[in-house]
Amino acid sequence: MRGRAERIGLLALPGLSFLAIIYALPLFMLLLKSFQIDGQFSVEEYVTFFSDEYNLNVLWRTLRVALLTTGLALIIAYPTAIIMARVKGFWLSVFLVAMVLPMSVGVVVKAFAWTILFRTRGVLNDTLMSLGITEAPIRMLFTETALVIGAANVFLPFMVLPIYAVLRQMDSRLPEAAASLGATPVFRFMNVTLPLSLPGVVAGSAFTFSLAVSMYVIPSLIVGERQQTLSMLTARSFLYLRNEALGATISSILLVIAISVVLGSSWLANRLGARQ
Amino acid sequence: MTGTDRLALSLSWIVALGCVFFLMLPIVITLAASFTSSAVYTLPPPEWSLRWYQSLERRLGLWDAVALSLNLAVVSTMISLVLGTLAAIAVARGRFQGREAIATFTVSPLMMPGLVVGVALLQFFREIGLRDAYWSLLLGHIVITLPFVMRTLLASMAAFDFSLVDAARTLGLSYPRAILRVLVPNLAPAYLTGGLFAFLASMDNYPISIFLTDARNKTLPIKMLQYLEEQPDPSLAAISSGLILLACIVLIIGSRTVGLNRMIQG
Repeated sequence: MRGRAERIGLLALPGLSFLAIIYALPLFMLLLKSFQIDGQFSVEEYVTFFSDEYNLNVLWRTLRVALLTTGLALIIAYPTAIIMARVKGFWLSVFLVAMVLPMSVGVVVKAFAWTILFRTRGVLNDTLMSLGITEAPIRMLFTETALVIGAANVFLPFMVLPIYAVLRQMDSRLPEAAASLGATPVFRFMNVTLPLSLPGVVAGSAFTFSLAVSMYVIPSLIVGERQQTLSMLTARSFLYLRNEALGATISSILLVIAISVVLGSSWLANRLGARQ
Repeated sequence: MTGTDRLALSLSWIVALGCVFFLMLPIVITLAASFTSSAVYTLPPPEWSLRWYQSLERRLGLWDAVALSLNLAVVSTMISLVLGTLAAIAVARGRFQGREAIATFTVSPLMMPGLVVGVALLQFFREIGLRDAYWSLLLGHIVITLPFVMRTLLASMAAFDFSLVDAARTLGLSYPRAILRVLVPNLAPAYLTGGLFAFLASMDNYPISIFLTDARNKTLPIKMLQYLEEQPDPSLAAISSGLILLACIVLIIGSRTVGLNRMIQG
């Protein structure tokens, strides 16, 4: 039997070799290339990148937008997940459809819809003016606020679903038991529900953050070329500027950010899981 | 229930309902904008009209893009289902070191920046001399679809009772036949969910595809963003509504056969 169980492992080979050759190897080569100039090892591209104030601004803006997006998504997602874990039947279906339908509609469609909403003579401005909140239309498209709102909208399901999954598995008798022992609602939330939901919060935040750091379609539609992000700078250096060395450097920085978020969050989630 | 409980609960309900509204907003806006009679995006439309849907017929190259996107999505999903089945069986049944690592590795493209994968593939294909846009796109799209399939198949196979396959074999089926006749039908929900999400992810992909296209092979998202730059009229909302309809159909198939709750657990 031992032989057979080992031979079954060979079934992974086609898929693994495919991903090794058409995914891992190209990424590795990209990383390698960013440390090379004319075949020699060099960190010069990175020195050049980090000594340019414009690039540092882009890096800072990218991280800031991703953080704000993650924060906004978390603020909306947490209470939503709490309610989703409580309801059944009709209301649960409403919430599930609201999560899954937007996830199935592509990011291109949604980013485009937000440009309609944010237009100077668009729906939002018309609504605000007819409600008498503002006199004149506000410039919304091309602002960072618009970008954060649009991005949070696109990534929200990726934040809600992991938290919902954790909360749904939580034994609902736990908070009740705490209550019967005389715990106040605040104490109960801080000491029972919140700690139990943290692995979901970590997973959702990591996913949202790494998606938001590397998003391309949403910023290029909502803020345009005026406020570059790392992804837009990468695409520009390859598709328009033909500066592949710069592109390889920025892609590698994005890659390192994404990998650290993934590794860091799974380490954190494991620790949180182990403690319980 | 104490007063604080009630207050917290009502606040949560308000946020949750706001969340549903917020999530559905772009979809409703796109649908409404597509039925306008005017050439700009005024909402609500001054008059309802189908003119932007009719104008789609005259869009040169649009249907080529739709055909290419559907072709890539279907073919890459099929290939991913085959590769994914084999790899997931290996992880679920094999007894060897590094099974966890294989599982993580095959799902990892989901977490990698699409644009970076696109750039890496562009350079790699150039290096090995692959110049054909269709094949480049297809290989790139398998990288997109495979993790979706792997995620659902790994989860379901962990719970699948493989003694059913062994039983089928003792009754005389060969191993491949036993897999096809017993395992695949039993895991139909996972195949459907993984396959549908993989299909939609491929249909929607922009950041990888943009680096692998040429002038003749443009996928639908690339064509759409190009239109948006050239002539931003509501015909784009009409195309988007078509894609929303596609997502709805996929979702209805999924919820009828698998159930929504199971779909998201994938």
